[in-house]
Amino acid sequence: MAFYVAQFLTGLASAASLFLVASGLSIIFGVTRIVNFAHGAFYMLGAYVAFTLTEYFSGAFGFWGGIVAAALAVATLGVLVEIVLLRRIYHAPELFQLLATFGLTLMVEDLVVLIWGPSDLLGRRAPGFKGAVDFFGQSLPSYDLFLIVLGPAVLGILWLLFQRTRWGVLVRAATQDRDMVAALGVNQKWLFTSVFAVGVFLAALGGALQIPRDAVNHAMDLRIIVDVFVVVVIGGLGSIFGAFVAAVLVSELNAFGILIFPKISIILVFLVMAVVLIVRPWGLFGKREAPARRTPGLTVNPWRPLTSAERLAVCIALLAAAALPVIGGNYAVTVGSEIAIFVIFAISLHFLMAVGGLASFGHAAYFGLGAYGVAFLAKMAGLPMIACLLLGPLLGCLGAAVFGFFAVQLSGVYFAMLTLAFAQIVWSVAFQWVEVTGGDNGILGVWPERWASSPSHFYWLSLGIAALAAAGLRILVFSPFGFALRAMRDSPLRSEAVGINGKRVQWTAFVISGTVAGVAGALFAYLKGSVFPDNLGIPLSVDALVMVLLGGVETVSGGIVGAIVYKALNIWLVSQTDLSKLVLGGFIVLIVVAFPKGIVGTLEMIRHRHGGGSSEASSETRLMGSRIETAE
Amino acid sequence: MSALPPLLSVEGLTKSYGGVHAVRGVSFELAAGEILALIGPNGAGKSTCFDMLNGQNTPDAGRILLRGEDTTGRPPRAIWRLGVGRTFQITATFPTMTVRENVQVALVSHGRRVFNFFTATQNFAREQAGRLLDLVGMGGYADRPCGELAYGDLKRLELAIALANEPKLLLMDEPTAGMAPRERVELMRLTARIAREQSIGVLFTEHDMDVVFEHADRILVLNRGTLIAQGSPAEVRANREVQAIYLGEGLVYDARHREGAGA
Amino acid sequence: MRRSNYFLGAGLAVVLAGMATSAMAQAEIKIGEINSYSLLPAFTEPYRKGWQLAVEEINAAGGINGKKLVVISKDDGGKPADAQTAANELVSSENVAMLAGTFLSNIGLAVSDFANQKKVFFLAAEPLTDAITWSKGNRYTFRLRPSNYMQAAMLVEEAAKLPAKRWATIAPNYEYGQSAVAVFKKLMSEKRPDIQWVDEQWPPQGKIDAGPVVQAVAAANPEAILNVTFGADLVKLVREGNTRGLFKDRAVVSFLTGEPEYLDPLKDETPEGWIVTGYPWYSIKTPEHDAFLKAYQAKYNDYPRLGSIVGYQTIKSAAAILAKAGSTDPDKLIAAAEGLKVPSPFGDITFRKIDHQSTLGAFVGKTALKDGKGVMVDSVYRSGADYLPGDAEVEKMRPKE
Repeated sequence: MAFYVAQFLTGLASAASLFLVASGLSIIFGVTRIVNFAHGAFYMLGAYVAFTLTEYFSGAFGFWGGIVAAALAVATLGVLVEIVLLRRIYHAPELFQLLATFGLTLMVEDLVVLIWGPSDLLGRRAPGFKGAVDFFGQSLPSYDLFLIVLGPAVLGILWLLFQRTRWGVLVRAATQDRDMVAALGVNQKWLFTSVFAVGVFLAALGGALQIPRDAVNHAMDLRIIVDVFVVVVIGGLGSIFGAFVAAVLVSELNAFGILIFPKISIILVFLVMAVVLIVRPWGLFGKREAPARRTPGLTVNPWRPLTSAERLAVCIALLAAAALPVIGGNYAVTVGSEIAIFVIFAISLHFLMAVGGLASFGHAAYFGLGAYGVAFLAKMAGLPMIACLLLGPLLGCLGAAVFGFFAVQLSGVYFAMLTLAFAQIVWSVAFQWVEVTGGDNGILGVWPERWASSPSHFYWLSLGIAALAAAGLRILVFSPFGFALRAMRDSPLRSEAVGINGKRVQWTAFVISGTVAGVAGALFAYLKGSVFPDNLGIPLSVDALVMVLLGGVETVSGGIVGAIVYKALNIWLVSQTDLSKLVLGGFIVLIVVAFPKGIVGTLEMIRHRHGGGSSEASSETRLMGSRIETAE
Repeated sequence: MSALPPLLSVEGLTKSYGGVHAVRGVSFELAAGEILALIGPNGAGKSTCFDMLNGQNTPDAGRILLRGEDTTGRPPRAIWRLGVGRTFQITATFPTMTVRENVQVALVSHGRRVFNFFTATQNFAREQAGRLLDLVGMGGYADRPCGELAYGDLKRLELAIALANEPKLLLMDEPTAGMAPRERVELMRLTARIAREQSIGVLFTEHDMDVVFEHADRILVLNRGTLIAQGSPAEVRANREVQAIYLGEGLVYDARHREGAGA
Repeated sequence: MRRSNYFLGAGLAVVLAGMATSAMAQAEIKIGEINSYSLLPAFTEPYRKGWQLAVEEINAAGGINGKKLVVISKDDGGKPADAQTAANELVSSENVAMLAGTFLSNIGLAVSDFANQKKVFFLAAEPLTDAITWSKGNRYTFRLRPSNYMQAAMLVEEAAKLPAKRWATIAPNYEYGQSAVAVFKKLMSEKRPDIQWVDEQWPPQGKIDAGPVVQAVAAANPEAILNVTFGADLVKLVREGNTRGLFKDRAVVSFLTGEPEYLDPLKDETPEGWIVTGYPWYSIKTPEHDAFLKAYQAKYNDYPRLGSIVGYQTIKSAAAILAKAGSTDPDKLIAAAEGLKVPSPFGDITFRKIDHQSTLGAFVGKTALKDGKGVMVDSVYRSGADYLPGDAEVEKMRPKE
């Protein structure tokens, strides 16, 4: 019995660490609607700075002072980031801030290695909490007990802050309705800045408090960021109490789960999230998201099919691309194939995001399923390459059909996180089911047949399929189905009221998108000759998101440009420097500031401004219109 | 024709939230070509009533019959399929499409072509969309981005969208809210003309008593979830209970005053 | 206009190609080297220093058959797919004579498969998976470091002498951890049929929730523990274990923990008396190692890690293979490498003909705390040659060509 109590308390200590970081994320998201990918980076910086300070100042005062000072220092940095970077892009399309914070994260990962060196750092133990307490024969670290008390204490302080201060009231109001707070004449800018500061402070504090039990290292951010997102979503976005309950739930399930299934940790949080979201679409304590009001001035120009001159230009561009093997060597051509494949992958997600308004955070699942589909067919069934290429993506299609059915019942960030959960579940199956998938050693020897094996032949194959996919999806955008999908994105209310079965339309779009992603994965398997679980992993899903956002989510074909720019740059940087993350991150941040609508989106805007002034002239009426909407 | 059941027949509609009755035992009928106003002070249950009629909300008790067919609890899209068009208090259109495309989407759905993947929507039912836009006086705006429209024009566009399924019944939630007085009159005249020409039944809620008394054939008065009066504008105006409710707000007095002056 | 992007892509690719096609001097021999520099800098930095030292020494001694040795190094970011892109660039654009390097097992396998497909010689430096020389071995791939199996066999030799009968295992939940535990269990059970396996914990790599894991292992009350975690996970496990008294009166056998890369971060929390494999650079007293140590410290003013040895020996071995082959033809390289004996800081090693595994060994010893730092004591070098299965068994595991 004492053991179970001890295990429970240990779980609570883990929960407290998780909660600190998650609460900060939840507050930031609740008010600013920023999906702060850099939250893990701030957590990591908190640990690094605290390490330096506590090494420098000794004694109890030095230690605890160092912890708090580190959190404050990182919070100051957070304020700087908010003022310099995020303020510029609050009005950018949804999720664009994700791109900015992703860029920051990449930079921080390289910067900490440059500043603190590559080795793991062992911080001091906390003065007064070094040993363990005997609990009926079970040893409980006293630091765990400290954390167990700290978690609820922070929850209590936050509660008081929100209930008893004017600032807290404003934050709560803003969480429910951003526009209303603006209408109340509150200085929204500084409200956002202060909220961001508090959120970052909590993240950094969470990181700093890890130093007595963890090793400070440059991968800490990725270790925690996904888990805290999951905790925030399970609890319900913007609900601090929900985050606390979710942290406890996840940590306790893990603490006891490993007693029965020692391998459960790797997937547990995602399983919990999937179950919670299917049963409660807005998390445990979340409220139904108010229908997002479109920010004034954000309305895009209606999409239109290409003119014949543009079609001609596309054909010429395609021919030029097809000439690559004439001028480039084998390496350039193989890189060309990889880019073409990522174009397919990016446009599949772009279709879902831009046309369907459904941002999938787990799109790599369908890419990877396509790749595994090919690998299974080629290695186990021994089918010829053509058959594999045709049938392999069906695995992606199947996955998308099953997961998409549940995912489209949700919307917004909840949709995104459920797709992430599904992707992680698929990933862990590929990772764990060693007999079938080879585990993380993957499936090797999936090489193309002779007719496609030369780099140029494979390049033409990839380019051709990419062109077909792009053309096909473009036709789809302008087909009745595409319009119905856009209608659902623009106004679910109106769509249902004109008889469109929105969920079925979205589900179909999800399946189409997953299948196209599967096609990309199938080609990728042959390009690389092997399939690994990281073809299904979060980093690949994030890459796809970045490509789409970089190209511009309000455009028809932004995914193509985003994929080409990002992938080419990435391959080139990785080849040229070990600090590729720093440079790439910096580039992304610059792009975000310079092209707030993505590359293609911004170019179109510029062209539009120079082309016809009609839309500018009427933007005032548009603004008035939306003001009236808001007033109603 | 007389053998036909009434266009809309509502029987004992009831809905409560957490023990509070939002709507209690509301029954009424609506004939084809008739314009029926549903009025009542704030919180009387108008919106709840409306949401149940168009399928966004399921009643706790009662039935809704459309030409005798029970539509209670069916989703909005099913109700639309039965020939019910609707407009919203806050306009719901597709801001990233052109005005014509907005109507075309509704026509696509009406023609059951939503799962058509490979034809170009551009040419789909173009004339029909044009006719609908002409009907509401928006023909000249067909190629404008919907997101740029002024509010009054959005309301007209919404009407065109609502008419795309050749409806027998139009449900209009506060059709003139947020509009300038002159626009209000124009929109309601337009609606009334279309309703008469095409023999469409119209049920609308409205705050502006000018609009109500000028355009409604019949008026239903809701208070605290219960129907307290119904009848012609003159009957409703004379109703003591209605007067009592509205006296505080000064609306009826104002309306009557102006109507009297006009007549 | 939108798909003019293809044009852009083509343009970029041309630029890429252009940058890569540097004029190749006839007087050079190039080795293409790939490793996870950005993902695992703690291990790859000393490794890089090691091979840079080797390149310097080789060229100072006149290069390879008179030609200057050049190593072109690429980062793989920890992703198999990116490693292949890098391998392709090295082979197609840089025309390297051979590929070398890699740290993670899956990346080693991906590059090995690439080498097999493109018929390029590949010398895998650090990946530990047994598959790379056995179940997924191929003609073109050789491996330097003692494999999982070899390290397990070395540890089992010591572990079997322990009186402990109740064993628990803690290993990261991926192929490396799984196969380390599997091999250890198999070899251990052969020697000690009386052993009971009472608990196993599989924390996710890099994400151990150490408190519950330690508590769960303690609850099973084993007499001895096998640990396979390393890096930050090991630090957390050790800290929790120390606080909760998990290691008190229990024997612990641990993979790789004696390597400075993993031992040094533990500082004053280093647990004493663990049986580990590793690299006690401070207590190796052989002329070969002295020479290496002196040269390394002179160049970098730092002490070597095991990675330094691996990096150094990878390039030294590669140079020896190239020198013996007298050609960059892959078949000649393979012929030269099979059975080749090369000197190393640990003494002579041989690349076995049968499975292309080198006989480089490891040191087995015990952890101890000295001046607030972890060290290995009582360490003995175990040559890899003594811890490999018989030829018949190896033949069975390797795929037929």
